[in-house]
Amino acid sequence: MKKWQCVVCGLIYDESEGWPDDGIAPGTRWEDVPADWLCPDCGVGKTDFEMISIG
Amino acid sequence: MSAPLVIVGTGLAGYNLAREWRKLDSSTPLLLISADDGRSYSKPMLSTGFGKQKDADALAMAQAGAMAEQLNAEIRTHTRVTGIDPGHKRLWIGEEAVVYRDLVLAWGAEPIRVPVGGDAAVQVLPVNDLEDYARFCQAAAGKQRVLVLGAGLIGCEFANDLTAGGYQVEVVAPCEQVMPGLLPVEAAHAVQRGLESIGVGFHLGPVLNSLDQAGERLLAELSDGTRIDCDLVLSAVGLRPRTAMAEQAGLDCGRGIQVDRLLQSSHANIYALGDCAEVDGLNLLYVMPLMSCARALAQTLAGNPTSVSYGPMPVTVKTPVCPLVVSPPPRGTLGSWHAEGTGQDLKVLCRAADGSLLGYALTGTAVQEKLALNRELPPLLA
Repeated sequence: MKKWQCVVCGLIYDESEGWPDDGIAPGTRWEDVPADWLCPDCGVGKTDFEMISIG
Repeated sequence: MSAPLVIVGTGLAGYNLAREWRKLDSSTPLLLISADDGRSYSKPMLSTGFGKQKDADALAMAQAGAMAEQLNAEIRTHTRVTGIDPGHKRLWIGEEAVVYRDLVLAWGAEPIRVPVGGDAAVQVLPVNDLEDYARFCQAAAGKQRVLVLGAGLIGCEFANDLTAGGYQVEVVAPCEQVMPGLLPVEAAHAVQRGLESIGVGFHLGPVLNSLDQAGERLLAELSDGTRIDCDLVLSAVGLRPRTAMAEQAGLDCGRGIQVDRLLQSSHANIYALGDCAEVDGLNLLYVMPLMSCARALAQTLAGNPTSVSYGPMPVTVKTPVCPLVVSPPPRGTLGSWHAEGTGQDLKVLCRAADGSLLGYALTGTAVQEKLALNRELPPLLA
């Protein structure tokens, strides 16, 4: 499971947690997150996220 | 060749609009004009750079050349628009006239400068864009003590971030609590205590009267007589939307350039979004409303007139020592605040007389309740 970070505001999408509030189940891989999903904090799109490794 | 869409400004507003519009129109010429170097970066990240040891180059995401290629656009950097002539649909860059099909003003807001006396007053540095940040980083290299002017959202974020970056920080602001106007007092105290716990000193009430060179250091004198030794001064006292040139061109301006829900100014073919725009009476200096505007305006400029609407717009404040999310009550609503929780973990809710939720401020572990509470919030622009 990987983590992806919004490069605009810093929000982290953690694949293991998904984003249940937007109907994205825990364990949803980034590539399976809907293309029109927006950053819940700042509203930018998926292209503004980068994969990160967190210690 | 047909006249281009011209966007003035290459911050988050200008570039995001360009990206959204290019998805819908790949052929109309696009010209972006920037007073800066045109690098793409995220402004919210400026107040997180010291903690991550990132200089301006590290925060830059793309050079202007790469953005021009990605957007199929011409980007003119270090270029200042000097006038707008709405009647002839053209703008001026000095003596040069540039004709536009539509013009979008996305040139942001200007840091407010407070008058400061003393022989080192010019060393008060605002940080409102990537070039400011580069200057500040350079001035801060090898230094220790930073005086921050302003205890608003940006002042508090920088206080936290500079401390994380190893600096000793003192904050001075003429208010009784941090983030007045944004936070209820209980939440403000929680954030202030959090910042104090990592060593930030607060001087709430006075202003900076004078700043003088004292050997290698600076001596700041506050209006209450307090004297503070410091190495540099960061100004975060607030922003004022840039309206002067729009006013000269005859556009209606209030706090910002006044636009309707189509983001159209009082003149056809001229639009505004981002920090310089007052959208249906609201001037919100945050990314989320800006993105809503960029998507709506992209549609409008592609021939599908689309009104912008704002849902709830909670603001996440980057003070990691005491996480904070706040959703101020919408304008014109009347509610009362009620706090629950202990220590740093507070849930402060603003409810109307009928019990409906109007806004909130959540600190510490209470920020986890954000998503559930958002569902109860009213939209800001329905």
